[in-house]
Amino acid sequence: MKSPVRFERRLEQPKWLNWAIPVVSLITALVLGAIVLLATGKNPLDVYSRIFERGFAGKRALSGSIKTATPLAFTGLCAAIAFRMGLINIGGEGQFYMGAVGATWAGLVFGGDLPPGAVVIVMALSGMVCGGLYAAIVGVLRAKFNTNEIITSLMMNYLAAIFLNYLIYNSTSYWRDPESRNFPAGKPIPDRADWNFYEVGGIKIPLSFLIAILAAAAIWVLYKRTRFGFEVGVIADSPKAARYAGIRTTSTIVIVLALSGALAGLGGAADVGNFRGLLDSKGLQMSGYGYTGIVVAALARLNPISTVVVAVLIGGLTNAGFALQGPDFPSGLVGTLQGLILFTAVAGEVLVKYRIRRNRQAAAVLA
Amino acid sequence: MTSAVRMTGIVKRFPGVVANDGVDVDIRAGEVHALLGENGAGKSTLSNILTGLYRPDEGTVEIDGRAMQFSSPRDALDAGIGMVHQHFRLVSTFTVAENVVLGESDSPFMMDQSRVAQQVEELSNRYGLAVDPSARIWQLSVGEQQRVEIVKVLYRGAKVLILDEPTAVLTPIEADALFKTLRAMVAEGRTVIFISHKLDEVMKVSDRVTVLRGGKTVGTVETVNTNTRELASLMVGRSVEFNRVARSIPADVSQTVLSLRGVSARDDRGRDALHDISLTVGRGEIVGVAGVAGNGQRELAEAISGMRALSSGHIDVAGEQVQSGRARSAIAKGIAHIPEDRLHTGLASSHSVEDNLALKNYRSSSLSKFRVLRRKAIRAQATDLVQNYDVKTPDTVTPVRLLSGGNVQKVLLAREFSSLPKVLIAASPTRGLDVGAIETVRARLVEAAERGVGILLISEDLDEIMSLADRIVVMYEGRLVDEVAAESADRERLGLTMGGSTVSGGAR
Ligand SMILES: Nc1ncnc2c1ncn2[C@@H]1O[C@H](COP(=O)(O)OP(=O)(O)O)[C@@H](O)[C@H]1O
Ligand SMILES: [Mg+2]
Repeated sequence: MKSPVRFERRLEQPKWLNWAIPVVSLITALVLGAIVLLATGKNPLDVYSRIFERGFAGKRALSGSIKTATPLAFTGLCAAIAFRMGLINIGGEGQFYMGAVGATWAGLVFGGDLPPGAVVIVMALSGMVCGGLYAAIVGVLRAKFNTNEIITSLMMNYLAAIFLNYLIYNSTSYWRDPESRNFPAGKPIPDRADWNFYEVGGIKIPLSFLIAILAAAAIWVLYKRTRFGFEVGVIADSPKAARYAGIRTTSTIVIVLALSGALAGLGGAADVGNFRGLLDSKGLQMSGYGYTGIVVAALARLNPISTVVVAVLIGGLTNAGFALQGPDFPSGLVGTLQGLILFTAVAGEVLVKYRIRRNRQAAAVLA
Repeated sequence: MTSAVRMTGIVKRFPGVVANDGVDVDIRAGEVHALLGENGAGKSTLSNILTGLYRPDEGTVEIDGRAMQFSSPRDALDAGIGMVHQHFRLVSTFTVAENVVLGESDSPFMMDQSRVAQQVEELSNRYGLAVDPSARIWQLSVGEQQRVEIVKVLYRGAKVLILDEPTAVLTPIEADALFKTLRAMVAEGRTVIFISHKLDEVMKVSDRVTVLRGGKTVGTVETVNTNTRELASLMVGRSVEFNRVARSIPADVSQTVLSLRGVSARDDRGRDALHDISLTVGRGEIVGVAGVAGNGQRELAEAISGMRALSSGHIDVAGEQVQSGRARSAIAKGIAHIPEDRLHTGLASSHSVEDNLALKNYRSSSLSKFRVLRRKAIRAQATDLVQNYDVKTPDTVTPVRLLSGGNVQKVLLAREFSSLPKVLIAASPTRGLDVGAIETVRARLVEAAERGVGILLISEDLDEIMSLADRIVVMYEGRLVDEVAAESADRERLGLTMGGSTVSGGAR
């Protein structure tokens, strides 16, 4: 049997596809979504304007989206920085947990004594060190023993989850609130350790979101302008050429993974300092920031600046999804719409690399 | 006589270059037709147009007298035209039979292994293409992989086969076997288009030759009515000579620039590849390392350039020891290296020309400051080198993989020579290049030797070694088994020692 269409790799990838494909993808998603909505008896225009309203229109909606976007921006950067070197770190999830553990510890220990600004710095550093070291283990295994980082980083996500559960549920650890005997919970950090929010034109922006923007800019500079970025690029292109040029590939692998983990860990610190105020084992595991971050990075085509922008878009969609849910709007339908958008975006990604052609029985003959 | 393929007035432009500029070729059914031209002459582009990979900007393609417009390789295959590419397109974890059926649009969901295997065997017997249908691609040598590619094209019923520089990856013996196969195919009425820049091969295998130069057709000649000299001058546009190259400044062997003492090293699989090698190269001396590929030459080059750790022994450059397995140390001591695998070892091929030219000195204070790259300085360096070494590239930000083979090698030479090295390791520096580029590379090597660089020239090409080297050593199974002065070198004796037979009076 002959399939009616086939994929062919594009020889040249025209530049305009870079923006045309995402736009077309989004429109396609909206059209497909409209069909689903019509089939379920909803007015698509109505639903779309509500999504826009709840996700992006107005100060409250935007404040909410940015809040949701913040952890995704960090895990997105975590994935992007490693993927750019061809290191598939899918351990952002576990590295995020470890960052939260480290930051909570720092908040609990120093929150009472140090001045607030210093507490933020100590918490952030502690989160970065914990996430970074956790990812560095993956890096060392990869660099020294050539183990597959996809598998090790994934397995370490489960380890980190078990560790969280142990800290909160199965022990009387320093992180657990001693007053919560019946229903175990994390010990809240002192108020002084809470990270700030800033009002910009009526929009509430968490300190950690600003940090994410700074981090994205720093990564961009690191990869585009520095010797280190040059070395990473050469290793990604050809490890043999890198060794030939005297680039230290093993240490670069470890450093990149540690940086990647540090970004996720910083996200974990932000989660504690800016939002939850304690180590929330269950909440962290239900959010799955690490995995969504991979999608964010992929949609942003691994560009750090775009990663932050995409995080806000996904954050808005997520919030709108929560807002739409109700008796007349089942959560399954929300999930379908979000899924369609991701699906067309990924399909669009394929179209940048391949073109679709129709199969014919024989070549056209122009007599 | 009927034309199997006729291409008229083909024009194909790429950004910054006209790859085909009004090419005419007329290929008769049942002949081996050679397309001869230097690297960059436009041979691959022309064949990609014929197989539907590229669409011509102008011109017409006729197959069996009918005008065709292909928009994909599948269309071309449907019209009976199949191509064996310069770079193979095989899935290395699949078997030969699986690769043969792979990509068939009507391949069934479950393939009938035994039926395919039988057909593959039948094809391979008929044309002398020894391949085992159940072997996996990664287990095969390059020559065998090429045979798989040919079987694949035949299996799909191609009447016209295009082979793009098929011998570039073959040993001379494999090449001869390939020529027999090609003759067997035309004897059966198929048509072969054989792309090459090697004159001897074209003389040996083809019926007619069309010469391309600078994207234009220079002419078509009957092979029996021509000779290598005529073809060479058609190809490069002037007459060329192959002679022993004289040097204006002789070597100064009283000053040793490179010395290896008792060097041993292992290969990638951990087996001993170099055994107790001792060797010196004097100032301005060219020492040729002859040997059949796979006898430790690659490991030797890598050991000296710091890419491979020594298991014992020392390497000194001008009296200073190079740290074992530290490429950075080797570079700092003044060792330049032109590796055999230019595109993946010597260069980061997806990177731009300017990045590649800075690949070894981006750490220097002129190109980076406080660990931040000075992009302007990197570009200025590239602009200079591109001009001095006559690299043909649209600009300095073009990825090197888009350049033709000769220009790729020029980028490498530009970077390695401009570092003002004391020692140069050159591994097969002219392999795969056209006559013009070979001349350039050889002239640059001689120039470097005259400036006092000690050169270790590792090559399978005895003619090259004999025309350039002062002294020749022979490598066999990781050992240096013979050493002779180049003037007194005897081709027969070198051939014997390369093959492992001992010669009385030879070293050890
Ligand atoms: N895809 C491409 N993009 C830009 N330039 C190309 C491309 N393919 C070939 N060229 C250029 O066209 C010219 C002819 O190349 P090619 O056909 O590969 O020559 P040959 O096969 O004879 O060595 C060269 O200058 C080469 O750099
Ligand atoms: Mg070519």
